Amino acid sequence: MIDAKGLYFTYPNGVEALKGISTIIRDGEFVAIMGQNGAGKTTLVKHFNGLLKPTKGQVIVDGVDAAKVSVATLARNVGFVFQNPDHQLFSETVEQEIAFALRNFGFKEDVIENRVTWALNLLGLTEYRKTSPFMLSGGERKRVALASILAWDPKTLILDEPTIGQDYQQKEKLRQFILQMKTQERTIIMVTHDVEFVAECNPRVLLMREGKIIADGEAKDILTNPGILNSASIVPPQIAQIFLELADQMPSLKLPTTIIDLYEAREAILKIMGSRAE
Amino acid sequence: MSPEAAYNQAGKNGMAIIETANLTYTYPSVTKPSINDVSIKIEKGEFTLITGPSGCGKTTLCRCFNGLIPHFYQGELKGKLITAGQDVTKSLIYELAKHVGLVFQNPENQLFALSVEKDVAFGLENLGVPRDEMRKRVDEAMKLTGIYDLRERPPHELSGGQQQRVAIASVLAMQPEVIILDEPTSFLDPLSAKKIFEVIDSLNKSLSITVVLVEHRLDLTARYANHIIVMDEGKVVLDGDPREVLRSQEAALIGIGVPKATRLYQLLKKDKINLNNTIPLSSEEMVVELKEAFEHR
Repeated sequence: MIDAKGLYFTYPNGVEALKGISTIIRDGEFVAIMGQNGAGKTTLVKHFNGLLKPTKGQVIVDGVDAAKVSVATLARNVGFVFQNPDHQLFSETVEQEIAFALRNFGFKEDVIENRVTWALNLLGLTEYRKTSPFMLSGGERKRVALASILAWDPKTLILDEPTIGQDYQQKEKLRQFILQMKTQERTIIMVTHDVEFVAECNPRVLLMREGKIIADGEAKDILTNPGILNSASIVPPQIAQIFLELADQMPSLKLPTTIIDLYEAREAILKIMGSRAE
Repeated sequence: MSPEAAYNQAGKNGMAIIETANLTYTYPSVTKPSINDVSIKIEKGEFTLITGPSGCGKTTLCRCFNGLIPHFYQGELKGKLITAGQDVTKSLIYELAKHVGLVFQNPENQLFALSVEKDVAFGLENLGVPRDEMRKRVDEAMKLTGIYDLRERPPHELSGGQQQRVAIASVLAMQPEVIILDEPTSFLDPLSAKKIFEVIDSLNKSLSITVVLVEHRLDLTARYANHIIVMDEGKVVLDGDPREVLRSQEAALIGIGVPKATRLYQLLKKDKINLNNTIPLSSEEMVVELKEAFEHR
């Protein structure tokens, strides 16, 4: 469990990035943190694995004050996948990259071998095992970064903008993977701008603006609230846009206004048309 | 006739500004070509969207258009490659830069000067453009992209959205005929992204600049395009009108991100809902169709 209590953070240059964040993220939860550029999303999650220490307030991770233990200690339980894979990758081959942290954590060589193979396979990187990460495309490098964290199977996984540069199929795989992690009681926290991806995953959403949390709830409620989204520089997902606009133009239809899912949208329209899905 | 002469002779109506024929390129020290037998035509004034799964070769193809391939990346290039009437393989990068501007995914990789206006002016300084002309073009480019008020600020202190506008302005100041943008908004929040796409769209519509946009997120961009090229494993698999391309079975099979509005339309059509035959590319278009269907139910 992650428990942030009255969290403030000011960067050395004087920028106040977090202004009183209090929230609890329970084990096995899937949370999307959304908001405009500069809202403090990445700053917040960097407190969850101790990369940043609060200026005021506390973050308690599994009963331990994150400011009082080393990042290396926290990292065993809280894996952090950076937005820009180039801030994370440095090894000569993809295989070495994934094995690096496992060696640091003192895993045996045969376990390392198994875990590397598992992670490569999971993220569709097997053919690049012996390739330099820097020969790969941006999207592929991002998957290497993710594989290198997954390999040590942290209890909590923080993903900073995991869908950037990923195509539709990769996003679908990522979604399946997250759902699978959820069933294993892993906690997933992702920072993202990708409203369509959030609409497909339907996680709990924390919406941030100027260092504060301005909304906290289910994706279907937050992503269909244009007023609050607009103040966080987010545009509703396409399905929500269609229903909000129709509800506005044809109020007599009494269309539901909390629809973000394609198939729910289809059902709602068929109901009004008085027909059923083929 | 030289390609340049043919370009000049053909005038500006319905002619290809980018043309490749059987283009195949292999990066140095790899064996598999990244683009394989690509033959496409992009006409002057078009808004072309290039999409496809990651690693499909779309970024590589764009690097060919402005000569980064083969001049910077080396490697082996075969086939025909003409941009703005010039044979790219025989032209110099700085010559091509006058015709083709490239905006990268991450503006951090592109900006370096101490002020926004110096960054925007940099390319022109390199070309030796006279001072008055430079002033005029830099101001224009900053106004068109909405960053005129930021002109004295250091680019690295700006937000991601503002930085991306600076990157676009510095390309625009060169007055290129073609602007190529490789996932230009992937680091931006949705509202900032939308504003960037609107800027790009207005450059295309009001200044007739040819736009080539590389994007995965068709939800955000399909509405602006009048030409879509879909690539897979280094080859062009679909090429044509956006509505036709997104309608096709192949588009779904390759797994490109067909907009949700388009997918909803397709599902409802299968359910025999009476929608008109124009396949929607945006939520606005879908709203119009659904409204009609509800009114005539």
